[in-house]
Amino acid sequence: MTYNINEKGYYGEFGGAFIPEMLYPNVDNLQKSYKEIMYQPDFQEEMKQLLKDYVGRPSPLYFAKRLSEKYKTQIYLKREDLNHTGSHKINNTIGQILLAKKLGKKRIIAETGAGQHGVATATVCALMGMECIVYMGSIDIERQAPNVSRMKMLGAKVIPATSGSQTLKDATNEAIRDWIQHPVETHYIIGSVVGPHPYPDMVARFQAVISEEMKAQLKEQTGNENPNAIIACVGGGSNAAGAFYHYLENEEVQFIAVEAAGHGIHSGESAATSVLGSKGIIHGSRTLLMQTEDGQIIEPYSLSAGLDYPGIGPMHANLIHAGRAEAVSVTDEEALEAAFVLTRMEGIIPALETAHAFAALEKMKFKTQDVVVINLSGRGDKDLATYKKHFETYGK
Amino acid sequence: MENKLDQLFQKKQKNILNIYFTAGFPNLNDTGHIILELEKAGADLIEIGMPYSDPMADGPTIQESGQVALDNGMNLNLLFDQISTIKDKVNTPLICMGYLNQVMQFGEIKFIEKCKESGVDGLILPDLPLDVYESDYKNLLDENNIRICFLITPQTSDERIHEIDRLSSGFIYIVADAAITGNSKGISTKQIEYFERINKMNLKSKKLIGFGISDAQSFNTACQYANGAIIGSAFIRALKDDQQQVSENVSNFIGSILEKV
Ligand SMILES: Cc1ncc(COP(=O)(O)O)c(C=O)c1O
Repeated sequence: MTYNINEKGYYGEFGGAFIPEMLYPNVDNLQKSYKEIMYQPDFQEEMKQLLKDYVGRPSPLYFAKRLSEKYKTQIYLKREDLNHTGSHKINNTIGQILLAKKLGKKRIIAETGAGQHGVATATVCALMGMECIVYMGSIDIERQAPNVSRMKMLGAKVIPATSGSQTLKDATNEAIRDWIQHPVETHYIIGSVVGPHPYPDMVARFQAVISEEMKAQLKEQTGNENPNAIIACVGGGSNAAGAFYHYLENEEVQFIAVEAAGHGIHSGESAATSVLGSKGIIHGSRTLLMQTEDGQIIEPYSLSAGLDYPGIGPMHANLIHAGRAEAVSVTDEEALEAAFVLTRMEGIIPALETAHAFAALEKMKFKTQDVVVINLSGRGDKDLATYKKHFETYGK
Repeated sequence: MENKLDQLFQKKQKNILNIYFTAGFPNLNDTGHIILELEKAGADLIEIGMPYSDPMADGPTIQESGQVALDNGMNLNLLFDQISTIKDKVNTPLICMGYLNQVMQFGEIKFIEKCKESGVDGLILPDLPLDVYESDYKNLLDENNIRICFLITPQTSDERIHEIDRLSSGFIYIVADAAITGNSKGISTKQIEYFERINKMNLKSKKLIGFGISDAQSFNTACQYANGAIIGSAFIRALKDDQQQVSENVSNFIGSILEKV
């Protein structure tokens, strides 16, 4: 049994490309060419150079001593927050912008929730001199204002998505509609392991650098390239996919995928897709999603814009469905508390999305000698306005 | 029982007027009424939109009408009830258009049986992949005498158009332009070249042109290059005008399209 994608674009029964004909030529072209392009030696060389000199890779693997003492286990942090632009998202946008250039595309579109993918896309577009349009839900534009300013300074046009819940799902709908209307010159840089095949696999491959480095770093620091567990937050699932990738077939390594429970899993205001979701189609992929009996997509909720999504990538749907990954749900409050714990104990302010991964430590039982890697997907500068509101409650 | 879509194409090969509307809009129980009025006013074919929360391929007009319909309480069970009630009075072929997730959640088999029971003649599911159609849907649809219609766009390759022609049992929906519904205006020479390219391919399927067809002029132009054309967003805007006047809105709108130039 493999947990990787099959030649038809499926992880088990999840994945595929359920798209209208208007998207077919672009998606079909990507399906046929993405691997060939991305593994060409000159492509790899240019990408690796940029990841090293521009992004700052490899990102450190840091042994969090005080946190380890608190949770009585060996905790290592994979520092994706130290990447240029402040999160793992740039691993994917560097890869996709090079791909877009190879495909001869001139115009780049993207969706964004927390604004990290939007910033990472605007950044590589500035770097390559390409036009950049980012769709972002109106609510997210408000709650992630610093990233909106960054995108604008970088020269991107930020277009508000005003339909539905005005968050990530709706921004993705608008980006898809843009692509339908601009099929020739435009490449759509999807920001997570979601969307029609080949996006989930392509984005996972670009993010796989996380676990590739992790292996070597663990070997060096602990003598063993395998950790006991890897914890990552899951919006669409790209940072988790990158952190899991090179361990997919290694079942000794436990995967913990942390979802946002918002005000509580059954509060009616949640984004805990693996618990609340069922099989269906969202954004061109057959996966787990939150929906009514009638197949209408339910509007999710999380304080964290990057996790406020009613689906998960098909790779994770399969991992969870098959029992290979364990899904843990974390509420807004638990995440906020974890953000303050990490900040006060290690001097690292995490993104609100990432804080969910740390909150999972409260819910897991690890042995003292266990090596646990948390993928520190991003930094919290963008979330200061939210954190500030909670100084009184958690900052004491 | 004969399929009404087959019968239509036997009878009429030119100037087929296909009207799209969203079920449950403007009012929850307008569906049957709109169908009967459309038939009376002279529509040849009726496409019933099954409102969806996240209609990827649709523009603002259809999105909004779908949201109103959902807020009104529209759902598939109700839709099938509404159509069943009038099915004996309707001679116009009925096509249901929606997204695959709706069909999956309702249950593929149950959905198709319900279509048959309520007199639905065909389906348009823009996000149904051809291979999934062949493996999971084709036999079911054929057994129940329901036709499938696929879309093509200016970017669809000739090879794929032939494949789509082979698989279509209803008509080929020629998407007039790179567009979501309700967008473009008028028909350009570039579009005409595209229609002519399709015509030279000698496809077996009947062809209807849609997306951006909004008035008598664009309808008549489109009809020169296909068996007919499809109007959606423009009709929905007409229904919005005065929501109490559904009958008048329908007959005025269809009248404006069919008036002789
Ligand atoms: C820092 C950070 N972590 C995680 C996520 C969630 O995305 P994914 O699940 O694709 O990693 C986001 C998304 O915006 C993010 O900004």
